[in-house]
Amino acid sequence: MKPPPFDYRSPSSLDEALALRSEYAYDSVVLAGGQSLMPMLNLRLARPEVLIDLGRVAELAEISELDGGVSLGAMTRQRSAERSDLIRGRAPLLQQALGHVGHPTIRNRGTVGGSLAHADPAAELPAVCVALDAELVARSVASERTIAAEDFYLGFMTTALAPDELLVEVRIPAAAGLLRTAFVEVARRHGDFALVGVAAALALDDAGVITDARLAFTGVAGLPVRATDAEASLRGALAGPEAFAEAAGLVAGQLQPRTDAHATSDYRRRIAGVLARRALEEAIS
Amino acid sequence: MSVEVTVTVNGEQRSAVVDARMTLADFLRHELGLTGTHLGCEHGVCGSCTVLVDGASARSCLMLAAQAAGTEITTIEGLAVDGALNQLQQAMRDSHGFQCGFCTPGFLMTATELLRENPHPSEEEVREAISGNICRCTGYQSIVAGILQAAELIYE
Repeated sequence: MKPPPFDYRSPSSLDEALALRSEYAYDSVVLAGGQSLMPMLNLRLARPEVLIDLGRVAELAEISELDGGVSLGAMTRQRSAERSDLIRGRAPLLQQALGHVGHPTIRNRGTVGGSLAHADPAAELPAVCVALDAELVARSVASERTIAAEDFYLGFMTTALAPDELLVEVRIPAAAGLLRTAFVEVARRHGDFALVGVAAALALDDAGVITDARLAFTGVAGLPVRATDAEASLRGALAGPEAFAEAAGLVAGQLQPRTDAHATSDYRRRIAGVLARRALEEAIS
Repeated sequence: MSVEVTVTVNGEQRSAVVDARMTLADFLRHELGLTGTHLGCEHGVCGSCTVLVDGASARSCLMLAAQAAGTEITTIEGLAVDGALNQLQQAMRDSHGFQCGFCTPGFLMTATELLRENPHPSEEEVREAISGNICRCTGYQSIVAGILQAAELIYE
């Protein structure tokens, strides 16, 4: 058997899950969809004393409307989110990004909250949440708090979640016109981890002038990064090749990607600019 | 730590008491003797161990048997109808859609889900659907051809 030994707990309610998390804290890990944790267990990179399986906590798997935005329970399967009409209408960027998450079979099991809390630096969904100013709801036995996506990510696979907390919900606010969106990435093969990916969202007025712009990158740092200089240059500009080229240039200047076995820093910086331009073009097409 | 796991596999209810850390793949192979589900990489990359859990494809190396308790599972052994190859199996055979056969169960289970959800897939949709399954013998041309031929057979 590949995984190391552990105690398996399968709570059937959120209260029960929170009590277990409070009791075992650092000695426990949370099993959501398992598409990242199970490989880590099989490779024995994770050796928890207690595994808390949220698979039977039905109340965490709901998608609902929220003040013009949308709320997703943390255990919403990625495939359900991908197929949701509500998400298509309210958060098209999320749906576009989901198509890049692994393969359909992975998305059948993988969860939205699991991906967000796992905080892989090449993951798509954290970048989407940062781009859209999503709020992540963390619960413990004693309290509930709402964390802005930008504050949720602290570094390489590190989040603001305390050891007795669970990520229970993702709230994506009303788009406020940010409905021209695209998610573009470069990976060695379709479905592989992104070398670099970008979530782009634009709001345009009737004259085609950009009133708001978001560009959030994955794969360029330990955590998702907003290209704030490029966003600022886009606001007030006429949507088109000129503005997009300028923004792409600013992207490459602002990012300092890491070099690893898969790609060099220079390569990542270069394609980040190219991807930004492509994403912006796709967003308005 | 032991857990009792009861699942319905290919229409038959099966139970066993197993270690909590046992994957669904090992459960199917070692506890239930269903060795048609193959294990390649055991960390979710190769797709060989794909089965259907409540109708949706899943990598059985990335699920614990304990997680599968209470579900309905279909494995490669559940595809044949009264001992005869089903249309997908027949089409894959006719198209020479495999060589050594190791990856075949995973491809067939993935394709089963695809054809159920999308009875008339385009070639591009077939390639997208099987993008998480790796074949190291043949390349994918004959596998794609087999799935497209199955789509024609099933819905003609």
